[in-house]
Amino acid sequence: MASADLHPTAHDHDHDHDHEATPPPDEGWGGYGPELETAVRELLIEKGLITADAVRRTVEAIESTTPAVGGRLVARAWVDPAFRARLLADGSAAARELGVDMGTTRLLVVENTPDEHNLIVCTLCSCYPRAVLGLPPAWYKSFAYRSRAVREPRAVLAEFGTVLPEGVSVRVHDSTADMRYMVLPLRPAGTEGWSEEALAALPTRDSMIGVTDLRGALALAGTKDEGEDKSRTGR
Amino acid sequence: MRPRFVPGDTVRVRQAEPLGHCRTPGFVRGHSGRIERVLDEFPNPEERAYGRPGLPKVRLYRVRFSQPGLWPDYDGPAGDTLDVEIYEHWLEPAGP
Repeated sequence: MASADLHPTAHDHDHDHDHEATPPPDEGWGGYGPELETAVRELLIEKGLITADAVRRTVEAIESTTPAVGGRLVARAWVDPAFRARLLADGSAAARELGVDMGTTRLLVVENTPDEHNLIVCTLCSCYPRAVLGLPPAWYKSFAYRSRAVREPRAVLAEFGTVLPEGVSVRVHDSTADMRYMVLPLRPAGTEGWSEEALAALPTRDSMIGVTDLRGALALAGTKDEGEDKSRTGR
Repeated sequence: MRPRFVPGDTVRVRQAEPLGHCRTPGFVRGHSGRIERVLDEFPNPEERAYGRPGLPKVRLYRVRFSQPGLWPDYDGPAGDTLDVEIYEHWLEPAGP
């Protein structure tokens, strides 16, 4: 991540170029990354190639992005079938309609259906759709998640409390190259007639990574009993 | 360049162990899958990793693998799948 911060224009993508054999920083790499980042950053500033202010602004922009951006895309897709079609056909272009810039990466949105549940992982490093979900959770970068999400996705889902109905296929997407993935969750039952703004508050970060779904969303949101019942019995 | 493969084609991932950076996971090498969709062309990451421009660009695909085909003891239904982005030079035709 440090290296990505240094090149906000020429290198504006969010995987770390880790080789497959390189352990992630959170599991014992323990190396010289922070020192290297500081040294290179100071050299670039000294040579006038970047400014400290540009670095600060870039870091602030990265850290201020939250999954609420993804929630806006999801809510729009739920209320507007034409937008949903555009989002699934070309995620980057559809995101741009809502003022979201994917930079040099491409957004690819995969849609949960009553028959299919999608799960996102990056086995090689930690590619993540930062422009729509912000910074990834620590577990997303862990060796355990990266290996188990492809090897035993249903066990991983169960640990997140996600038990899929019989007959639902699991589609895992390994973000190995230039695409960045976001899951379009199923709209919870009981939200008919909700405003787009109210709907945008429902998608959680984890539901857009695909480790959870929104079947319990209304109960968690503490909405009225009627909605809660529908969310439990729906689908 | 026109894509070599179209959606639905059966392809095999080369069983290769090149030195240096590449973005083809080891667990799909030697395995067959189907082209799920054809993506754009991108600078070759195997070149870019060493500061070179990675041109000409290379075609990228999403290849869909059957999970039970990848993992003999896979715990889940036969219909579960894994989609992986793979560059064209890692793919070869594999039967019907």
